[in-house]
Amino acid sequence: MLERIYKAQQIIDKACKQLGRKINIMEVCGTHTVSIFRNGIRSILPANLKLLSGPGCPVCVTHQGYIDTMLELAKREDFLIATYGDMIRVPGENGSLESMQTNAQIKVVLSSEDALELAKDNPDKKVVFIAVGFETTTPATAVVIDEASQQNIANFFILSNHKLVVPAMRALLSEKNNKIDAFLCPGHVSVITGSDIFSEIVEDFSRPCVVAGFEPIQIIEGIAEICKQLAEEKAELKSIYNAVVTEKGNAAAQRMICECFEPSAGYWRGLGKIDKSTYQLKEKYSQFDAFKHFGITDVPGKERSGCRCGEVLCGLIEPPECKLFGTSCTPDEPIGPCMVSSEGACAAWYKYNRKESDESS
Amino acid sequence: MKAAKNKKILLAHGGGGRLTEQLIRHNILPKLRNDVLAKLGDSAKLDFHSESLFFTTDSYVVKPLFFNGGDIGKLAVCGTINDLAVAGARPLALSLSLIIEEGFEFAKLDKILDSIGQTAKENNVDIVTGDTKTVEAGGVDEIFINTAGVGESIEGVELGLDKLEATDKVIINGSIGDHGLSVMSQREGLEFQTELLSDCAGLGGLIGQLLENTDGVKFMRDATRGGLAATLSEISSGSKLNIEIHEKNIPIKPSVQAAADMLGFDILTIANEGKFVAIVKPESADDFVKICKAHPLGKETSIIGKVTESSGEPTVRLITKIGGKRIIQMPYGRELPRIC
Ligand code: SF4
Repeated sequence: MLERIYKAQQIIDKACKQLGRKINIMEVCGTHTVSIFRNGIRSILPANLKLLSGPGCPVCVTHQGYIDTMLELAKREDFLIATYGDMIRVPGENGSLESMQTNAQIKVVLSSEDALELAKDNPDKKVVFIAVGFETTTPATAVVIDEASQQNIANFFILSNHKLVVPAMRALLSEKNNKIDAFLCPGHVSVITGSDIFSEIVEDFSRPCVVAGFEPIQIIEGIAEICKQLAEEKAELKSIYNAVVTEKGNAAAQRMICECFEPSAGYWRGLGKIDKSTYQLKEKYSQFDAFKHFGITDVPGKERSGCRCGEVLCGLIEPPECKLFGTSCTPDEPIGPCMVSSEGACAAWYKYNRKESDESS
Repeated sequence: MKAAKNKKILLAHGGGGRLTEQLIRHNILPKLRNDVLAKLGDSAKLDFHSESLFFTTDSYVVKPLFFNGGDIGKLAVCGTINDLAVAGARPLALSLSLIIEEGFEFAKLDKILDSIGQTAKENNVDIVTGDTKTVEAGGVDEIFINTAGVGESIEGVELGLDKLEATDKVIINGSIGDHGLSVMSQREGLEFQTELLSDCAGLGGLIGQLLENTDGVKFMRDATRGGLAATLSEISSGSKLNIEIHEKNIPIKPSVQAAADMLGFDILTIANEGKFVAIVKPESADDFVKICKAHPLGKETSIIGKVTESSGEPTVRLITKIGGKRIIQMPYGRELPRIC
């Protein structure tokens, strides 16, 4: 493996020297962010190559309005909130689900199946599943919607904030002052959607898009491929995750998504409202749609004062540039979602890089 | 002698009356048999030979009670033995307190007591005093166990963070993350749970051998809650020295790594129950590793790094498998499984 890494490093070094300017590569997946920090990948890259963490962590991109809705539902009588672990610590103005856990009904689940089971086991409660995540988790939610519909489970609802990756990438590139030269694209999203979904980025914006897995060697080879393209002034879609990613993806999973959901306009933290970026339940499944069933209007919400998560996840600033980073905002007492989620840029930076950034500043 | 005929623990089993007496005589004593305990005195009288004594205590509340590779009883004995052993003590005796929820099944209690008795025997330690309380349903979650332990010092052995110097070697006696991920995957009902096995083990024997047969051991700590990351951070901040660790030298089982990746955990922060980190003088490191490797609990022992000078805030650095660098810190908050 070391030989492959060495070879990739040589390609990166050569290309960066040749380009001679600052190069910004954005990784659009929280799992990439964690792997990059955990493996110290930044430390072996040339000084003029910068990795930006993009809007790829599901907890981080979730807008404050949704968080507030979730917290409000948790207070209602006869409600049971089923959520993935990372969501329970995201704070609103008056605390997080975790801080409410003693007096409200909140259950951490590992899968959407568990959430549906919870509804079956508690027929006297309204069970609301906090359905967040990208194309990777959407099929699993679709499966339980299908099940709930077939079995006529009347007390099961989802609060959908499932997101699509590509509309967010488009939104970032449409900003005039964006500094993004290329994207490192997530392997696991592509397993579902197929790597083809990124071709519009290459065609419409001429930015290299390279799909890579999460092993450090795959990430480094992905960066090498990007650097090579930039040096050769090319912009192509390449997948170096070929074992599992195909151009067309997993047709069955896509069918499941299509059966239950349709892309609609939705809010993102830091990016505002983006057209066709959020999966909404189709009309025929509206009985499971918590927004519709309980008459909730989705609003952008107000971010907590001082928190710059929006800028962090657009790659506009690095976490230490936020005044609260490491002072009043730490993983023990997070202020914004980027410090809550283990995949958030602020948390990764704090855990794996904090002292280095202290020393260099 | 016939065991108690109730199938479940009643509140009266902790009331100090006839049922308590029955519980102790029929269920507990036969499994932990030794002369001191058999006297059932208010206090145990111990004979020991060293000038100083080591004394420690810990409480155990693990869920699930029975996991792959152990149970709460084994854990309660091993944990306290290990706390004594890594401090450089020879474990002498333990106390055992049970706090049991009303309605707890005798079958489970017996299984736990069997395991306590067997683990104590395997580790050559007697349980010399104890207590049993019962609380009403909901008062505790099934059973909580507290053990305390005393140990005597081993001649010529004195361990301490103040003894550490740059160039000392950092050694671990085997693979990390096994206990935490085994228990977690079982608790969450994950499909790969059967492949994972807790490393729960009493380290008194191995550490005794090491301390008696090598010199140059400066400090030891068992890498339990917070995992290797917490232990190394404590050693670094306590000694005010830096530590440099090579990821490629840390033993990790592939199935454990796969489970950690799936849940999104940093394996360095996952709990172990049969692993110690030792800081050893460089000249003694090879002997130390040799003794470990000859012992069943140290077959995969590895020198994972070294102590280095520190000019600023003491820091633990990891040289990753790809040659990158990052820091290792005390784990923060509660690690939560990630979304995708
Ligand atoms: S450091 Fe905290 S407050 Fe600042 S951007 Fe990150 S999460 Fe928000």
